[in-house]
Amino acid sequence: MCLAVPGKVLSLAGDDPLTRTARVAFAGVVKETNLAFAPEAKTGDYVLVHAGFAIAVLDEIRAEQTLAALRAIGQVDTPSEPGA
Amino acid sequence: MHRTAGASVTGPSGFTPQCPAPLADHPSVLLAHGGGGTLTRQLIERMFLPSFDNPFLAERHDGAVLQIDGARLAFTTDSYVVRPAFFPGGDIGSLAVNGTVNDLAMCGARPLYLSAGLILEEGFPMRDLERVVDSMRLAAEQAGVSLVTGDTKVVDRGSGDGVFINTSGIGAVRGDRPVGPASVRAEDRVVVSGDLGRHGIAVMSIREGLALEEPIESDTVALAEPVMALIDSGVQVHCLRDLTRGGLATALVEIALASGLEINIDEARVPVASGVRGMCEILGFDPLYVANEGRFVAFVPPAALEPCLEILRSHPQTRLSRCIGTVREAERSGVTARTVIGGERVLDLLSGEQLPRIC
Amino acid sequence: MKFVDEYRDPGAARDCAAAIERIVTREWTLMEICGGQTHAIVKFGIDQLLPPRVNLVHGPGCPVCVTPVGVIDKAIEIAAHSGVILASFGDMARVPGSTTSLLAAKAEGADLRLVYSPLEAVEIARTNPAREVVFFAVGFETTAPATAMAAYRARADKLENFSLLVAHVLVPPAMEAILSSSENRVQGFLAAGHVCTVMGYAAYRPIARRYQVPVVVTGFEPLDILQGVYLSLRQLEAGRAEVENQYARSVRPTGNDPAQRMIREVFEVVPRRWRGIGEIPASGLGLAPAYRGLDAEIRFGCAVDREPQATPCISARVLQGIARPTDCSAFGDRCTPERPLGAPMVSSEGACAAYYRHRHRLRAESPGCTAPRAPA
Repeated sequence: MCLAVPGKVLSLAGDDPLTRTARVAFAGVVKETNLAFAPEAKTGDYVLVHAGFAIAVLDEIRAEQTLAALRAIGQVDTPSEPGA
Repeated sequence: MHRTAGASVTGPSGFTPQCPAPLADHPSVLLAHGGGGTLTRQLIERMFLPSFDNPFLAERHDGAVLQIDGARLAFTTDSYVVRPAFFPGGDIGSLAVNGTVNDLAMCGARPLYLSAGLILEEGFPMRDLERVVDSMRLAAEQAGVSLVTGDTKVVDRGSGDGVFINTSGIGAVRGDRPVGPASVRAEDRVVVSGDLGRHGIAVMSIREGLALEEPIESDTVALAEPVMALIDSGVQVHCLRDLTRGGLATALVEIALASGLEINIDEARVPVASGVRGMCEILGFDPLYVANEGRFVAFVPPAALEPCLEILRSHPQTRLSRCIGTVREAERSGVTARTVIGGERVLDLLSGEQLPRIC
Repeated sequence: MKFVDEYRDPGAARDCAAAIERIVTREWTLMEICGGQTHAIVKFGIDQLLPPRVNLVHGPGCPVCVTPVGVIDKAIEIAAHSGVILASFGDMARVPGSTTSLLAAKAEGADLRLVYSPLEAVEIARTNPAREVVFFAVGFETTAPATAMAAYRARADKLENFSLLVAHVLVPPAMEAILSSSENRVQGFLAAGHVCTVMGYAAYRPIARRYQVPVVVTGFEPLDILQGVYLSLRQLEAGRAEVENQYARSVRPTGNDPAQRMIREVFEVVPRRWRGIGEIPASGLGLAPAYRGLDAEIRFGCAVDREPQATPCISARVLQGIARPTDCSAFGDRCTPERPLGAPMVSSEGACAAYYRHRHRLRAESPGCTAPRAPA
């Protein structure tokens, strides 16, 4: 269930919190995305888009922590924590 | 020939739905019977092959190679019913010429003469018809073929979809070795002539009005020039197959089944343009199954790989050619792909077309 | 693609799989809840990187698998009304109802439109004022806010030709249903990262505690899934049963507040029947009283559920990880991907369809082997 794809916010449009949109780039594709559920999204942020709606602004710091935890897992006998 | 439509109603990765139910259970024809997947295959195997049984048809290649008074001619036909008729990078006119030119080239033949049958719907704008015809003229010119005979029919409003085109073509076979699935051998290398999925994504984005701000253009192009250069160079080529409906995966599965061998490809080596990839991620599509109209795979023995790549890369239509896999002996024929993380998956014919997923 | 490619690194995947191998001392069975994760597992061959002692069971987190036959029949029935446009996600188009599918209904003349967002269905209603437009609303918590927004817009704009056939379901009650079965063999869960992006993960703490199972909120890329498996197994090996969040780049503990508010505005929690599992209390979302005017079941007079027909299909047990597809008497014979009886044979990553493909290959390679380990 629930295919959601991360994309980069290129620009924002509109004032009404329910109909505000962003132009979001997914690889070479730019698609208009509703921001009602990600009101905090800013230009340059990465948002997770499902069924035409941004449902999260991705957290770059936590993403880096997750990748660091993964690297640590890969090293023999090193305990590791997830990015949370 | 058995390939009933090059760019069908349902551009391979189209939104137009396809039913997975099999022929035997269906009293009427479904869209999927023309979709190039398992149902098309069943139609061919259960109805067409038994009805018209002959060695040429049994080859199951893109066209028939005929020996006529000492001359070896390739003969093929294809019908075009793409919707919309105009899409980024091409239209039904250029598609109808390029598709048939490519089918001839895949037989190792230089395309020479084409016929065109136009089925027009009453009310189709004359201006659009002019655009289509002009586009056919240009494509024929670029491919070096002459359109030597034709036919026009008009059907009642509502009985067609604007314009349908059938083209048939004749070409002169070059080289003396047979090119086709039966010539594929273990250890052959699999070369793909460019990045995948542009046509399917281009057509679909227009048809469904997907809000894309940078259109992805169809890859429709005539491939005769690079293919002839390859054949004329004397480089040994075992099989050529253009990738249309059903994409790379479907073409490979068909060749694997026809040759009785196993094909292994490395997904990380398969070129996909970033826009196509983005669309596939958004819609939940697999680019290996998305339609192309200007790409082919070549099966060549290991020693021929480098010269083959060198020749193809010197032509703009096939500039991005690369080796993506190998053929091997196996008890059971089929196609497997090594995934980007080093796992393995089986590639199969689709039971119907890919549909956009949200789940 | 940023936030995608770095989670598909083959070296890191190998290292993570090796780490899993190192910490596993016995056989374990994990369930990934979400069909999207199942899709990734099949598409990337993730299960083949895992040691044989780690079994992944594909969970019921896919509307294709769990939407009851009766609801699909209703969608087909509504689509057959003259003048109706039925808008649906592509996922549902091929799913068999009791006699036919939406795609087959389209071949018979129904006006089926496949949409990417529920808002497109609203737009179709706006541009076709003379037609009744019905959105077939399936999905889990991830999709519910989008459906809710479509209903909210339609009501606010007084769009009288728009309605919804709602079959939304909720994940935690299904997990409880699986865990409380006497035949349950699931020992840990990869919770669905996108469901949790919307809802947070507080609801899983009582489940982890009551049933003593680790629950790891997990993302959808190969490395996410491998890390989710690693974290689950580490808990199991240590005798812990906690909720952990592998997918912290997207999932906050309390989820997405505006999305939850929109769900509460439009929906209420209702009992729902799940295909193959049966009715689960409080496991679905239905339109709240203020939105009943948009209920397609009322508008088209098909509110009564018909009794499901008897079928040899054992997809219920397959979905719960109790039975293997090959245990089914119809498997590969009366039920194939071309002619599916049950939902897991429909989508390419459905447990039965995946088995069907692999069996066909493995049968030739190793005679007698009809039950491949992967995909389980």
